[in-house]
Amino acid sequence: MSGFSFQIDGVEVTAKNGQTIMEAADEAGIYIPRLCDHEGLRHQGGCRVCTVKAGGRSVAACTQPAAPDLVVENETPHINKLRRDLVGMLFNEGNHLCPICEASGNCELQAMAYRLGMTEPTKFPYLEPCRPVDASHPDIALDNNRCISCGRCVRASQDVDGKGVFGYVGRGIHRHIAANGPNLRHTDAEVTDFAISAEVCPVGCIIRKREGFARPIGERDYDDHLIGYDIEKKRDE
Amino acid sequence: MAEPRLIEISPVTRVEGHGKVTIHLDKDGMVDEARLHIVEFRGFERFIHGRLLWEVPVIVQRLCGICPVSHHLAAAKAMDVICGVDQLPPTAEKMRRLMHYGQVMQSHVLHFFHLAAPDLLFGFDAPAERRNIFEVLREKPELGRRAIMMRKFGQDIIEATAGKKIHGTAAIPGGINRNLPIETRDGFLKTVAEMQDWSLDALALARDYTLEHAELVGGFASFPSKYMSLVREGDGALDLYHGNLRMIDAEGGTIFDQLPYDRYHEVLVEDVRSWSYMKFPFIKEIGPDTGWYRVGPLARMNTVSLIDTPLANAAREELMAAHGTVKVHAVLANHWARMIEVLHCVEKITELLHDPDLQGTDLKATGDRREEGIGVIEAPRGNLIHHYKVDENDQVTYCNLIVSTTHNNEGMNRAVKDVAVKHISGQPEITEGMLNHVEVAIRAYDPCLSCATHALGQMPLEVELLDAAGQTLDKRARAT
Ligand code: SF4
Ligand code: SF4
Ligand code: FES
Ligand code: NI
Repeated sequence: MSGFSFQIDGVEVTAKNGQTIMEAADEAGIYIPRLCDHEGLRHQGGCRVCTVKAGGRSVAACTQPAAPDLVVENETPHINKLRRDLVGMLFNEGNHLCPICEASGNCELQAMAYRLGMTEPTKFPYLEPCRPVDASHPDIALDNNRCISCGRCVRASQDVDGKGVFGYVGRGIHRHIAANGPNLRHTDAEVTDFAISAEVCPVGCIIRKREGFARPIGERDYDDHLIGYDIEKKRDE
Repeated sequence: MAEPRLIEISPVTRVEGHGKVTIHLDKDGMVDEARLHIVEFRGFERFIHGRLLWEVPVIVQRLCGICPVSHHLAAAKAMDVICGVDQLPPTAEKMRRLMHYGQVMQSHVLHFFHLAAPDLLFGFDAPAERRNIFEVLREKPELGRRAIMMRKFGQDIIEATAGKKIHGTAAIPGGINRNLPIETRDGFLKTVAEMQDWSLDALALARDYTLEHAELVGGFASFPSKYMSLVREGDGALDLYHGNLRMIDAEGGTIFDQLPYDRYHEVLVEDVRSWSYMKFPFIKEIGPDTGWYRVGPLARMNTVSLIDTPLANAAREELMAAHGTVKVHAVLANHWARMIEVLHCVEKITELLHDPDLQGTDLKATGDRREEGIGVIEAPRGNLIHHYKVDENDQVTYCNLIVSTTHNNEGMNRAVKDVAVKHISGQPEITEGMLNHVEVAIRAYDPCLSCATHALGQMPLEVELLDAAGQTLDKRARAT
């Protein structure tokens, strides 16, 4: 497979043919923020948090192929403001009470807000939707108040578990993830599914019962590191 | 002035939470009635409905910015029961105890030095500008410095055990999520001896104040009552974390004893009155008129048979001997009682720091799920009851909380009336000093009104003086 090089924020990056901007950036130790994209899942290009400027156009880095000599802007004040607004809207669309949420400290949305410097409530109105908690399954619960509709669980269940436990229902702000059945108990979901694993749901929506708060403060994913640290540390090595 | 009047103080400074005291005067300017109202209510029980059981110990802390650890632990104890765990692994129970002793210590120190000391040092009639911690720091810099260091020690213990100084997450159903690393323990061992010395000094200060002002203390909103607390199983010793319920009458006679706390609803009933959101609990068998009781540090000194740490035990004996009666009823003696408990906590913390179980790694037990669980703890302000039901999906369907301030509701109402009758009745004018007395009476109970109303967040308290026609007379607003 042949390769080529392009630039991200002035850094020379090499890519293989067919790689997305994000994949090439990851290998080079450059973190591009993301929420709906996840290693091992097919790209969806839904959340737009990975927006970069490539050749002057705004594109989703998780789906846009890298190209020779492309000039990509990633960490500019303008782009980060856009990302901050997107993340702010995700907070306001749901009901996110971080202090009482078991995902706190391990949550990608919360960590993204920290990384992007979202220190105060956004200017967007709180929509305060009324969303159900589905705790019918003996080992799994869904707290839809925290769902950001990233679709990672849908893809994980379909493509990795071969099941189709999750799907979307409703439209617009009412669109949310639901179990493919009257409730989670009436699906073939199992706590050992990849879709249910801690890495798939970026927030505290998919809950593995009885695990909440088991990890002490100080030992959670983002207690000591910003999100993206694992990718960025490759650069220093 | 011949018109009947009503006093309003707004807000009562240095009380945690929000509520309103009204003092009703009759046509002759004599105090007719005094009531502590809770004027706001944001239902916590509704909020918790449908939440998952392991979230509850974290969520309930939001009831109160002042005593979150007590709620965290009481809820965790209830959830232990619901998860079928009757015996925690030793590391878990000891970590929780350590957290609790740290909390009681810092809460009592805060109350004594920051909230009460200005009154005690400068007098109830001192102007508001003088009655604050900054004046204490200016006049008694060493005392002020120790107050800050002692509070910090308690908070550091909380942080090391709960994960954060406030709103930690460590107590989980069936156990704890962390142990105490050796290095952290060694840090505490360096300062704990000094904490004990300072606790002894603070105790002496509270004792001397009480003894030197025997007349004031004995006459200030002092009245006999029944008392309730947890006591240790078997010997009836002071146990702030766990035990059975004991209720005594004013002469020390037993009303009930060693009653497992999951039977609290067999002996206690909560009365509702139209003018307050805060309920009035009473002893079922005795009835609402005389079946009320008090809880808190002084109540504990009265109920327990002994304290299992030597210095605090000797101090308690001195407190009990110093009063002419079998039991101590003077509400201001709560300060003395608090300092005895601070000493007890420091002794307990010392004991625990030397216990290798704190470095154990067996942190959590499991059992068979139950539908209902009750957790009770002796919080800094007194007995605290958490009661939940959880359905087969792990969602909360029922929640009832009786917090210390609610247990003390009748007592506080009586204290306000007592002071109002003595200091406001027949007076032509309401002075700052008079209003201070009312505040001091309430503050002696260290009420936490955000807890009492089960509101989410904190609220300030107002006091109001009304005439017989219900007209507001004197509105006194002070910055907190
Ligand atoms: S899911 Fe994440 S952002 Fe939402 S409440 Fe939980 S921790 Fe906060
Ligand atoms: S449940 Fe989680 S993984 Fe699924 S769409 Fe919602 S946020 Fe994404
Ligand atoms: S990560 Fe690219 S659109 Fe979501
Ligand atoms: Ni409180």
